[in-house]
Parts: sequence; structure tokens; C-alpha cells
Amino acid sequence: MRKLSRTLAAAAALMTLASPVLAAKLSIVMGSVGRDTEVLRQNLDIFEQRTGHEVAITTMPASTTDQFGQYRLWLAAGNQDVDVYSADVIWAPQLANHLVDLSKAAADVAKDHFPSIIESQTVNGRLVAIPWFTDAPALYYRKDLLDKYGASVPTTWNELSTTAKMVQDKERAAGNNDFHGFVFQGNAYEGLTCDALEWVKSHGGGQIVEPDGSISINNPNAARALEAAASWVGTIAPKGVLAYQEEEARGVWQTGNAAFMRNWPYAYGLGNGDDSAVKGKFGVAPLPSGGSGSAATLGGWNLAVSKYSQNQDAAIALVKFLTSAEIQKVNALETTKLPTIISLYEDSDIARVAPIIPQWKEVFLNAVPRPSAPTKRSYNEVSKEFWTAVHNTLSGNGSARSNLAKLEGRLKRLRGSDWK
Amino acid sequence: MPQTTPNSSENSVPIPLPSQDSMLQRERVRSAWLFLLPMLIVLAGVAGWPLLKTIWFGFTDARLDNLSGANFIGFQNYLEWVDYGEGDGEYFGLLADSEWWYAFRNTIYFSVVSVTMETILGTIVALVLNSSFKGRGFIRAAVLVPWAIPTIVSAKMWAWMMNDQFGILNDIGMTIGLLSEPIAWTASPDTAMLAVLIVDVWKTTPFMALLILAGLQMVPADIYEVAKLDGVNPIKVFFRVTLPLIKQALAVAVIFRALDALRVFDLIYVLTPGNSQTRTMSVIAQENLFQFDKFAYGSAASTLLFLVIAGITILYIKLAKLDFEGGK
Repeated sequence: MRKLSRTLAAAAALMTLASPVLAAKLSIVMGSVGRDTEVLRQNLDIFEQRTGHEVAITTMPASTTDQFGQYRLWLAAGNQDVDVYSADVIWAPQLANHLVDLSKAAADVAKDHFPSIIESQTVNGRLVAIPWFTDAPALYYRKDLLDKYGASVPTTWNELSTTAKMVQDKERAAGNNDFHGFVFQGNAYEGLTCDALEWVKSHGGGQIVEPDGSISINNPNAARALEAAASWVGTIAPKGVLAYQEEEARGVWQTGNAAFMRNWPYAYGLGNGDDSAVKGKFGVAPLPSGGSGSAATLGGWNLAVSKYSQNQDAAIALVKFLTSAEIQKVNALETTKLPTIISLYEDSDIARVAPIIPQWKEVFLNAVPRPSAPTKRSYNEVSKEFWTAVHNTLSGNGSARSNLAKLEGRLKRLRGSDWK
Repeated sequence: MPQTTPNSSENSVPIPLPSQDSMLQRERVRSAWLFLLPMLIVLAGVAGWPLLKTIWFGFTDARLDNLSGANFIGFQNYLEWVDYGEGDGEYFGLLADSEWWYAFRNTIYFSVVSVTMETILGTIVALVLNSSFKGRGFIRAAVLVPWAIPTIVSAKMWAWMMNDQFGILNDIGMTIGLLSEPIAWTASPDTAMLAVLIVDVWKTTPFMALLILAGLQMVPADIYEVAKLDGVNPIKVFFRVTLPLIKQALAVAVIFRALDALRVFDLIYVLTPGNSQTRTMSVIAQENLFQFDKFAYGSAASTLLFLVIAGITILYIKLAKLDFEGGK
């Protein structure tokens, strides 16, 4: 009897030793846009099968502004419930202290990603997040309607404005009263900063705060850009565009009620889904120029491991899995997410299913970054001041010139002697 | 060792015994405090301590990432003169921030309009619910539904109803010819505040009605019978009889609502996020505390908000001559 129990104890001890990694329960948070959570769940199922870990998704609002506020609070409180965060490309400098240094863990794969993205996620020599997908917006246009009315794809904002007006008028005359020429993201949030940065940059108005930290936004070109955008609201764009985020704009577009849309590549796959009214009827082009070339704001999401995670090793394994070429390819095919791994742009499957992706390599390589690096910890406030000035201009609350002058004053106050 | 009991020593010293009455009184006060103690401890923990911490952080340079390393900087978050030299300089801080004062104005405007509307509508609803009719019990419960729905849910629900493309409000308005074109309720600067007010009134009128109804039920029925016999018209009865009798209940209800309205946040955060027309003091505090890297500034805003609410409440109690001491 005694011998038996000793044998059993030994066997139990051996079994514990034999399983090298105990199954961990992990949790990942992300904003929910389109089919993202659904596809992530499929990815996670594969991970669970291969490793035995369990992963739960916590979904957050789609607005990156809302997500950031919550994440900052959780991280400052040392929340142990979340292991992996999906982080916007602009967050790295603001959250770095709470995230695990992944440079060692990613040493073997870092070189496969675009160096500029890896660099954007490196703070003081620490790689705080591994690139998951990148983003650069496109001008979505209705091929069928442009053909029908004999118009070409606009290459300048002026052309866009005239073509949108023409298509809108003719569609409405044909009885479609809910039809609009152009939809974009006009709500007062981070997305408006992206949209407006494109207008300003493409009109030669700089990028709000230049890489050297100087505040450049108060200039005639920027004012011209905002005036042009303000003229769209209520003419080619619905007045409600001032409350639209990505998903609201896509809602109008995908029900077939807009001729043009500014949105990220994720809308490409969804627009070609079976439930889409515009399936097979649209194309994408780089955003129009305002006289100084086309400009696209650099977006993208990265995966980071919380310093407060109780299962850091498993969490790092999860991040490496989700950012691997295998999964990035799945995401590219399923949800037209732009890969961050260079070689995937040569992939023939991707080129066939999501032709926007190889076509987009140049666009995103030349994308303009938001001034998150030069403004450091003040970026969120800079962005809020900027989108407030833009939102006021778009809603007819003060002229572009006076709003930009006010903005410059507020940014100077915010900066003080230097950005910190 | 001499055996002296406290009793015997007390007997030996001739001090006058306290009267039976005040002993009982003292006993009562003591047990009252004893019963209140658990609540006071909990309140001090969940309300007092955070409040003191917030006030303290308002006087420091605290950052959310580094709360323990906060340094005392005096009133700089509230008001600070930055000297650029040569007589040139600028005021910084909350009290010099135009956005703060804009938010202050928004908050006061929102509170005054919403509480007034809710009081008037709530009184009407309460009067209806106070009269006896068939199915009154059911209606009384049904009226509470908007109040029972969490604000986040009702705000999102209304956001969809107010949507410019798919919203039912625009659809109805267009169908019956009230609107010539769809209104972007939450987006347009002219209607954003109106949208917030509509949802708030819809949501909190039941709460006001409930409190006022409680007051109405205290009014003795025979007064009405006398008035009826004398043939006084109902409007006169309301202003001369009902209103003076429910004044106290009404005033308490208004205070409850005003306290809530002055710190409104969740409704605006969901319905019109980021819109400067509806930015209130709470929104500014939240932005600075959690979105921006200015925890101390946000704490100062919270403290100022606390002072504003306290000030307005005290002023109101004085003006309405409310009696919270239970005297008279």
C-alpha cells in the first residue's frame, strides 16, 4: 500500500515535469471594426489547438480615442487581466513604460517587417510592440457610376468635388434621394486628425507639427485645405458626416449611397462581401492631390504584451503567432489588412484575392506619419486641439484662418519651451 | 490589596448624579453614532479619501504613469503667470483656459434647461399618475422604463434613432412633412446640445415624476374635496393648494437632478463624443485625466467641478430655504 502511493506520487511528479508549458489562460483586447473579431477568433482557435493555451477576446469600441483612454487607465493601475494589447501606431511613446521589451523575442523576425514600422514601435531601444498590420487610406470610387456618367477617377480634390457633385445630382434626379457624393470621417476624434492631415499635407500645408518640433499648422495652404473640406459638408457630403467615424462612412458607402469614400483598406474586403450592395462595382485609387501631391496618413496596429501579465511567455508566443507571416496572410485574404511583412507583397494568392494590397505598397511606404514622435507625451492633446479646430471649421463655427490661428496659439501654449 | 470597586469609590466622592433624562439622551446619541459608524467608515473610504487625493493631486505635477512621484507645485494648475521677460507674459492654468469656461457655460446651460424641463414635465406626469384610473399600477411601473435603462444603452439607442441616414426621427419627420431634409442631430453644432437635452429629458423625467408623486401622495385628500365643494377651478387648486404642499418634495427632487446634471458625462461621451458644443466640465476632467498626459490638471478640473457643484447646491438650499435639520 505504502509502496503504491509512493509510486503514484512519483508518477505525478514525472507528469508535471513532462509537460513543459502549463496551459495558460490569456486575454487580448482590441477595438471591433468590421469582421475583425470574427477573424481574430479563427486565428486564436489555431493557436489554442497548437499550444493548448486558452485565449479570450475582450472587444472595445471602434474609436481609437476611446480605446486609448481605457488602456491607459488599465495599464496605470497595473491590470493583470489583460495580457496582450492591440496598439495604434501612434501610442508607442505614450505607453512604452507599461509594455514588455520584445526586442529579444522578436530578434529572429524583426528584419522581415518594414524597418520604418519596427522603428515606430521602438522607444529608447526597446521594441514595445510587434507590427500586426499597417494602414494607409484609399479613395474608394464607384466604377459603375463613373462609367455611366462618363467621368474619370479624380486626381485632385477639385476634380473630386466636381465629379461627386455631378454624380450626386444625376443620381438624385434619377430618384435616389439618399445618394451622396463623398463620405469621410468627420467626427471629432483621432480619425478626423488623419483625414485632415491628408487634406493639409496634400495642399502643401505641412504636417501640423514638423519632425523638428516646430508648429507649422497656421499657414495659408492649410487654411485653403480646410476651406475646401468645409465646402463639401452639406454639398457633396451629408451634414451628418461631422458625426461619422470609419464604420458610419462605410455604412453609407456599402449600402450603395455614395460615389466616393475615404477609408482604410479594411473596407475593400467588406465592400466585396456577399451582403454588400457595391460588390464588384468599385475601385480604389490614391487620395486626390491638393496641388502638392497625394498624401495618405500612416495608420496601422501592433501587438504589445503588458508588463503586468502573469503569463508573459505565453503572451509573447501569442503575439509572435498573430504577427507571423502565416496569420498576416490569412488576414490579408480575409479582411484586406495590409501586411507588415515585406515578402507578402509578392504573394500570388494575395495579389489574386486582394489586388489592393500589392497596389498599396507604394502608397503606404510614402504615407505621412502623424506628429506623435515630435510631440511625445503631448500627442493626444495636440491631436485633440487639431481635430477640434478642424471640426469647428467644417461645421461653420469660425473661418479656417481664425481657427488655425487659435490652434497655433493653443499648441504653442501646450508646447511651452519644448515638447515633453 | 484593598478591594475597591468603582462603585464604592463613586459613592465616596459626592458628585451630583446626572439626571435620568440626559443620560438617556446621551445613550441615544452614542448608539446613533455607533450605528452610523460603519457607514461613515465606508463613506470615508470610498468618497472622502478619493476626494482628498484628487484635491491633493490638483496641487501637484502628477502623471498617471507616475502618481507616487508627484511634486507639490501650488496653484499652478489653476492659475500661473508665465513671464516671457520684458513685461511680456501669459496666464496659464484652468482659470485662464477658455475651453474650461466654455465647458462651464455648457454645463450650466445644460443643467438649467434640462432640470427645468424635467421638473415641469415630471410634475405633469406625477399629477396624471396621482389621479385614479384603471391600470394605474401598470402605467406607474411602465413610466419608469426610460429611467431603468442604463444611460450608455439609451444614449446609443438614441444615437441610432437620430442618425442622419438611417435614423427613425428623420424618417418620421420627412414622412409627415415636418422636415424638408434630414437633420444630422448629433453632428450639427446647432442641434448637438438639443439632442443631448432631448435624451436627458426623456431619460430622467420619470425619476422626477416618481419623487414628485411621492410628495403628492402626502397631500391629504380632504383638502381637494373641500376645494371641489367650493367650486374652485382645478388650475387655481394646483397653484394655491398642491404646489405649496409639495414644495419641499419638489425642491429635494430638483437638488437631486441638479447634482446629477452638473456632472453629466456618460450621455455626452456616447452621444456626441468630442463635439465642443457639448463639452462639459466632467468631459474636460476625463480628457485630461485619462486621454492626455495631464493627470494633475484633470484633478484640478475635478476639484473645481466639485467646488462649483458644492457652491451651487449651497446657494440653492439657501435660496429655496430648504430645511435639512428636520426642525420646525
